[in-house]
This record gives sequence, C-alpha cells and structure tokens, in this order.
Amino acid sequence: MTASPATETPPSDRRRRPGRSGRLTARDLQGALYASPTLVFVLFLFVVPLGLVLYMSTNKWSLLGGKQGSNFPANFQQALEHPMFWPAVSFTVKYTVIATVLLIGLGLCLALLVQESSRWKGFLRTTVLVPSALGLASASLIFYALYSPQVGPVPRWMQALGVTDAVVSPLGTPDGALWATVFLIVWRFAGFYMLLLLVGLQAISRDVYEAARIDGAGTLAIFRRITLPLLRPSLALSTVMCVTGSLLAFDQFFILTKGGPDGSTMTIVQLIYNVAFETKRDLGLAAALSVIVLVALVVINVFQLRVLRGSDEK
Amino acid sequence: MITVRQVFARTPYYVVTTGLAIIFMYPLLWSAWNSVAPNPGTAQVQGYGFGNYATLMHYQHGLPTYLWNSVVISVLTVVFTMLVSTLGGYAFARFTFPGKNLLFLLTLSILMVPYATLLIPFVVWLKTIGLQNSLVGVALVLSMFQLPFATFMMRISFEAVPREIEESAYVDGCTSFGALRRVLLHAVKPGLITVGLFAFLAAWNDFMVPLYLLQGDKAPLPLALVGMRQQVMGVIDYGSTQAGVVVLAVPAVLLFVALQRHYVAGFMSGALKG
Repeated sequence: MTASPATETPPSDRRRRPGRSGRLTARDLQGALYASPTLVFVLFLFVVPLGLVLYMSTNKWSLLGGKQGSNFPANFQQALEHPMFWPAVSFTVKYTVIATVLLIGLGLCLALLVQESSRWKGFLRTTVLVPSALGLASASLIFYALYSPQVGPVPRWMQALGVTDAVVSPLGTPDGALWATVFLIVWRFAGFYMLLLLVGLQAISRDVYEAARIDGAGTLAIFRRITLPLLRPSLALSTVMCVTGSLLAFDQFFILTKGGPDGSTMTIVQLIYNVAFETKRDLGLAAALSVIVLVALVVINVFQLRVLRGSDEK
Repeated sequence: MITVRQVFARTPYYVVTTGLAIIFMYPLLWSAWNSVAPNPGTAQVQGYGFGNYATLMHYQHGLPTYLWNSVVISVLTVVFTMLVSTLGGYAFARFTFPGKNLLFLLTLSILMVPYATLLIPFVVWLKTIGLQNSLVGVALVLSMFQLPFATFMMRISFEAVPREIEESAYVDGCTSFGALRRVLLHAVKPGLITVGLFAFLAAWNDFMVPLYLLQGDKAPLPLALVGMRQQVMGVIDYGSTQAGVVVLAVPAVLLFVALQRHYVAGFMSGALKG
C-alpha cells in the first residue's frame, strides 16, 4: 500500500474546532458526507456480494431454482473432486508461468529500447501501447481471424515455415492453442508492462549511471549491478500484477479456444463459468470454486509480496 | 557529428525496432483492411466496400442497439466513477471523520478480489435489487471495480494541491463544497481526466461483466460480436466480426492516442501499486 495517510487538520479546521476533542465538528460531518457515496458503493457493491458468495458457497443453489437448503461441505468437496478441477489448476499455473516470464522479459527489453526520448522512440512507444487501448475481447477476435485457415495469414505462414504440414489452425492442438493464446496476450499487454517498467527505469538517477561509468563499469555490469537491483520494486509490482492477471485468465480462452481442444486449455475461471451457466448450472458449486480462487489468490499475493519485499530489505 | 561507423552501429537497433513496430501494428491494420477487403464467406466477396458493415447493421438486434448499449454503459461508468472518486478523494485528502482509514483500506481491498469471485453473487444480488439485465446495474458493477484506482488517484491529486488555494476561497466565504467546485476541481483536473480515461477504456472494452449480467437486446458490442462468432456453425463470417472490431477500436484508439499523456500519468502516480 502506498497511501500516505494525511491526517493533518486543515488550517480552516483549526479555527473552527472548539477545544473539546472527541466530538464531531461540522467539518467532520461534511467530510463523512463527501465519503458517503464511496461508502454506499463499497457496502452494496463489494461487501454484500462478497458476503453473498460465501453464503452461496454453503448452500445448494441452482441457476434457475435459486436457494435450495444448506449444503455446506458438499459444494467444496464437489469442487475439489470435479474432474476438470485439477487439470484446470495445472493448466492455469502453466499458462501463468509462461505468460509472466515472456511479458516481464519482453516488457523490460522494450522499456530499455525506448528509454531515452527521441521522435522515433516516442513513435515506438505509441505503437507498442496502442493494443492496450483495445479490449481483450476485440484483440481475441482479431487473432481468432488471423489464426483461421479460411481468411487468416498465420496458418499459411506456419506451413511455409514448416511448422505444420498443411494449412491448419494453430488452435487445433493443445500446445498450439496455448502458444497462440500466449502470443495474443503478449501482443495485447507488452506495452502495459513496458510502461510500468519504463516509469521505474526513469526513476533511477542519471548520477548513479555516470558514477558507475567513471568507475569503469561496462554496459552489462551496469545493467546487472545497478539497473536490475534499483528496478526491483517495479519488477516486483509488474510480476504481482502479471501473475494475478494470468491466474484469472478468461476472455482470451473463452473466445479463442472455449477451453478446447478436449478441455486442454480450460482455465480455472472458465471452469467457474461453465459450472454456473453451461454444464451443471450450479451457482452453489460455482460460488465454492470462486471462494477457493479468492483464498488461493490472497495467499499467493501475500506470499509474493513477502518474498519480493523480504529480499528487498537485504 | 555522426560518423559512418556510428550509423553502422545503430543499424541493428533500427532493424529490430522497425520489426517490432511492424509486429505490433500488423494485427490492427490487418483487421481494418479485411473489414473492407474481399474475402470468401463474408458479405464482401468481390472488390472493396462496406458489405461487412451492412451485415453488422442488421445482425440480430442491429449494430445501433449494441452500440447504444456500449455508449450507455461507458458514459454511466465514467460519470459514476468520476463523481464518487472526486467526492471520496476530497473527503480522504482534506477531512477527518470516524472510520476514514478503514473505509479507505476497504476501498483499496477491492483490488484483491477478482472479477470472477464477485460475478457469481452479482447474478443473484442484482436480480434481488431489481437490476437484472440492466445497463445501469452493469455500469454500477464496473464503477465499483474502478474505485480503488480512481479513489487513490483523486486522493493524491487533492493532497498535491497547496492548502493556501483553498484558504483564500474560505476567506472569500466559500463553503467546503464551494471551494471544491470553484477552486479545487480545476486544480485536480489532470487526475480526473486520467480516472475518466481508465474508466472509459475499461467499460467500453469489457466483455466478462456483460457476459455474466446482460443478454439479448441489452448486450453491448463486444458481447454481441463474440456471440456472432459462436452463432454461425461451420462457416464463420470473419468479415463482419472484423468490421465490429473496427467499430469498437476506433473510438478507443483515438481517445487513447489523444490522451496518452494522461494514461502515462496514471502509471506515474503509483496508483497502480495498491
């Protein structure tokens, strides 16, 4: 959390506040009034649904029939025993590792390439960033067409390069579908991580580099001994965001592969959707899966922050 | 002075970066090109033209309906987000009241809870409060997900304004709301534009929230386009899908390029670190 709690009293307040502490002044009430829309949003659109998902996960709750009595450990048991649960978890983790390594690596390379400002570098930044303005759904639809043997160029390129024997969609095999989706994600998000890391790079003082150069350090040594360690907070932030985002992957797989072929690209969030709306139409089970995802995500993030911060202090 | 040797030393750099620029531009340009180019299995079989756009106009409830839904959701989300985060940011930056820090932390903790966890209960909860299959309901949900970033951004924007500016407004007899409206709002305008841009891009492009919460003639354009690609068995009409992508991309990309400075400012602020 980077919030700096500013609790100083404004000067105007000091004038009006009577000596007694612990009593609300008119100004405090005004403050509470300004915060009330936030309170309403947080209560009714965050706290209540969060409570509801916990409640639903302990009840038998069908999509059409609503609540049908308590079903406490059963939903969670069913969730863990669902035939697609562990395959979905392992695929999601595999995808997360690949996407994070590629995105952070490429994001860092791009940030280094466009670091100083010149007209060409400004243009480059814009071209890499423009896909960020597009929705994940639009991006997926573009790539769905690019990958189609009917109109897209990619299957022909793949055949020409000898990757495939015939003009076929790369989405047809489990590995092809995974890498095709990873390529789409890298295209859509590389600019985002480039920008995040660029902000970090530009926060490093030029004096540090100059001092190192005067001491005779080479480019590689400077990168390893100065840039990387000083970039650590930005790298940590990018990694946490990328891991979180990838673990929750949904749109890209829903549109490109629908979890196929044969459920080989089913992510955990897609499984929640399928259970809720397609196969079982069981909101209780879907809620249990949602709760599992939430708990796993909180644990993973706490762990990541601890590892990344812990090594930061050394 | 640039020597011949320096030019040669820079050549690989320009080759690599030009290649990257082409890779990043290609999919968008390809999509725009193929929305008007002739392709088998589309409404544009011979010569260049707007046949695919014509198909899109009459697809199910028609492009105008879907576009209108997208506009309503986006405008409402931007308005809700800006209004709530401006008042909230003002309260958190300039006032003290009981529960202030708790409320702020609770707002930031929205970041920890994924879309996927909250959408299942929203299906039930929005029905309970009479917002089933409602554009307003979806805009409220999308605004809630924008609040951590928006509130943080507005809080630091208000904190960056020197207090003397407000002081003079109070001396002139302004109320706290008068000071906000006449003086402070102008000072926090850059932050407000960043918040609005992020909210617009999120709402305009969102697919998952409408997928769970909207259907039929209430679908926004991204949802309708994905439905279109699933609808037709066998031969998929890629032409009209790309036409739809262009309709979605043009406003987003134009706004993004025009306000790029404010987008970057969102990254500089540290508000993403929540």
